[in-house]
Amino acid sequence: MAKLPADFADLEPFTDWCLAAEDDRFAKRYGSNMDEMQTFYDAVFPRMQDALAYLDKFDLDDLPEDAYNLLLLYYSLCTISFPVEAWRQPRVPDAGAAHISNVLAPAV
Amino acid sequence: MAHFPKPAEGSWTQHYPDLSTADASYEDSISPEHYELERKAIFGKTWLNVGRVEQLPKVGSYFTKEIDAARSSVIIVRNAEGIQAFHNVCRHRGNKLVWQDFPREETSGTARQFICKYHAWRYDLGGACTFVQQESEFFDLDKAKYSLADVRCEIWQGFIFINFDKDGTQSLVEYLGPLAAGLEGYPWGEMTAVYKYKSDIGANWKLFIDAFAEFYHAPVLHSRQATAEESRKLQQYGFEALSYQIEGPHSMVSSWGGMSPPKDPRMVKPIERELRTGLFGPWDKPFDIELPPALNPARHKAWGVDSFVFFPNFMILVWEPGWYLTYHYWPTAVNRHTFEAALYFAPAKNATDRLRQELAAATFKEYGLQDANTLEATQSMLESRAVSEFPLNDQEILLRHLHQTARAFCAEYVKTTPGAKPSPALV
Repeated sequence: MAKLPADFADLEPFTDWCLAAEDDRFAKRYGSNMDEMQTFYDAVFPRMQDALAYLDKFDLDDLPEDAYNLLLLYYSLCTISFPVEAWRQPRVPDAGAAHISNVLAPAV
Repeated sequence: MAHFPKPAEGSWTQHYPDLSTADASYEDSISPEHYELERKAIFGKTWLNVGRVEQLPKVGSYFTKEIDAARSSVIIVRNAEGIQAFHNVCRHRGNKLVWQDFPREETSGTARQFICKYHAWRYDLGGACTFVQQESEFFDLDKAKYSLADVRCEIWQGFIFINFDKDGTQSLVEYLGPLAAGLEGYPWGEMTAVYKYKSDIGANWKLFIDAFAEFYHAPVLHSRQATAEESRKLQQYGFEALSYQIEGPHSMVSSWGGMSPPKDPRMVKPIERELRTGLFGPWDKPFDIELPPALNPARHKAWGVDSFVFFPNFMILVWEPGWYLTYHYWPTAVNRHTFEAALYFAPAKNATDRLRQELAAATFKEYGLQDANTLEATQSMLESRAVSEFPLNDQEILLRHLHQTARAFCAEYVKTTPGAKPSPALV
């Protein structure tokens, strides 16, 4: 069963990144290797403008489930952008065991 | 070479004659005796920000706040009169009145009254005791004498503050002084898309304020956040503030920006270019904002962010692109504190807006994690006492002022409280 809108069927292999909580997205990043994140990045980054054009047609408070999943995929792109574009590693350099938990975020 | 003008005295530090330029001791961040003094002299005496009015949208809305430094838990509630604060203690036998599952965890919600889990004593939203289980078993009990103990509570610009000093007479507005007055009118209440973060930090509470009250560290500790070429440039350039202001116990640093949007798109990472957002937030303002006088005091065109330190433990950062961030540092021991950060944006109008905010929040976390870990390294080495005097430069003026202010509150407390003894940090 497709999780994403039909226009974005090419991104279906990455729907395990559709995670609603920031802490879960961050944990998945820390549990992934660079090859996995690079593959995800290379697939979703080039489709970002298409995805936003698609999503911007909806009222944010009334997103269909597949559109919401697409948005979550792009939240995850934000989460992994630093490892891919800057750190070249999943972890924040010199962050050791430090942990910052997200305790509140907008509903969507 | 200075890129931005300094006061006529030649430095920001010397512009404020109460500040010295000598090496500084950090005994105040490692002495357990001094921490005990700070708990009483600072956290027991000053106005503490506990949240914003938007957290209490209607009559009956409440949240609790654990303030370990004051050994207190407080209920903040909206009732028919407005917003009030009470000690979170049942008047019967001292049970914590409002909590869910875990007594030490904060909670929030909506209630018509508060009912103690232990013996079902009830209190209305104004704190009055309205019901006592088996009242006739007590001895001439007058419920009117058993209202919840109130905590002073006042509001400035939608920010809710409490003060544990029952005998204090200084109003919140008087305490916050001219720096806060100069911030009035900023559209705080319109920025209701909130991202909150929390972290347990293994360092004295003042050390994290130190980290956020100077940007001298930014081009070095955070060098890999920028593109390689940009990072080299930033490090060579170093950091100079546009302005520093000190008013009583409070202070601010005004900083340049330039990344929102950058002069050259190659200065920022691909996702920032593609989304038009980054550390300084979404590049396009949500609406026109007229800056109140305390913001960008140098009226510099390169202005990026102003960071206000409201003593003791509350910071507000207002960013040029039209959003703000708050930090709180709640001590739990001489070498531990709970750090809270909250990012406040205007509500996203569409998915693009929302994704821009998401990347700004994600970026904040990357920086915050580096800062947080560095603090533990600092705390442990200070505790070694291998070195006891540290030079602070002119861009670290707010640190000097913070530690000096905190020590002055403790010294005043020792002077005016019978039996109080000075700590090693005061001698």
